[in-house]
Amino acid sequence: MFKATVIIKRRPKILDPEGKAVEQGAKLLGFNNVKQTRIGKYIEFFVDTKDKSLAEKEVKEYSEKLLSNPIIEDFEFSLEEVK
Amino acid sequence: MKPKFGVVVFPGSNCDHDAYYAVKKVLGYDAEFLWHKEKDLKQSNVIILPGGFSYGDYLRTGAIARFSPIMDSVYNFAEKGGIVIGICNGFQILLEIGLLPGVMLKNESLKFVCKDVHLRIENNKTIFTKSIKKKLLTFPVAHGEGNYYADDATLKSLEENNQILFRYASKDGDTASKYNPNGSVSNIAGIMNKKKNVMGLMPHPERHCDPVLSNTDGALIFNSIANNLFN
Repeated sequence: MFKATVIIKRRPKILDPEGKAVEQGAKLLGFNNVKQTRIGKYIEFFVDTKDKSLAEKEVKEYSEKLLSNPIIEDFEFSLEEVK
Repeated sequence: MKPKFGVVVFPGSNCDHDAYYAVKKVLGYDAEFLWHKEKDLKQSNVIILPGGFSYGDYLRTGAIARFSPIMDSVYNFAEKGGIVIGICNGFQILLEIGLLPGVMLKNESLKFVCKDVHLRIENNKTIFTKSIKKKLLTFPVAHGEGNYYADDATLKSLEENNQILFRYASKDGDTASKYNPNGSVSNIAGIMNKKKNVMGLMPHPERHCDPVLSNTDGALIFNSIANNLFN
């Protein structure tokens, strides 16, 4: 079995109003050095197979078809074998 | 001949009854609810994907609803030229399934906007607008993620093919950015596919149909479809 971790990031060109709003909070707290806050998604799940290449294929397709929107987001993932 | 409207119900839809009420009880057309787990469109002539928060808006708006069993049938119906309307969350679902181009982002202000807006009709030669004499309509908007985004190439192709149907405007038709409630690119409020049989819009025509609510601009859209559907 593998544990998959997927990180989804909005492309740098795409406006991120959520990140902008959170950064306003940072300024209110006095973190004046904080810049370019961007909010993404962290998703984890298990893939129940012994075949690593099959696990990779499924995670990639799951990320492309559902977890991310390819028009505005990029994703990266890692797999860790668990016993 | 009376058209039949099929109103799809997803878990989390909340404008399904408004849409059904508008087309059936106010305007007198046939209508039937279509549960998202079914595949049968029950001989509907027009499909409405209503507003709401399908699947709680989890992941992205419309991202999960687009995989509901009924959406395969809706997709095939649209590909064959069937009339499909996506209102608000329905528009978001049409973007996710790829029947319309682009994507919806959070409102630029980060606020949920709920108010009446003026819309300028940008294309009056479509089944959705052909019978409308007015140049401007007033509809309510109610959304947190209605900030339409498309890249430059997509935007250019939307313009070239006259796929932009409505733009946010002043009551006189000025489309300055101050009349844009959510930051949508080019003040876009509603678009169509290339074949012009699929429409997505953020404002709610179904909420402006019953005369008791003082504005009936929304009825003009449903009547335009009904008048031109069988011609």
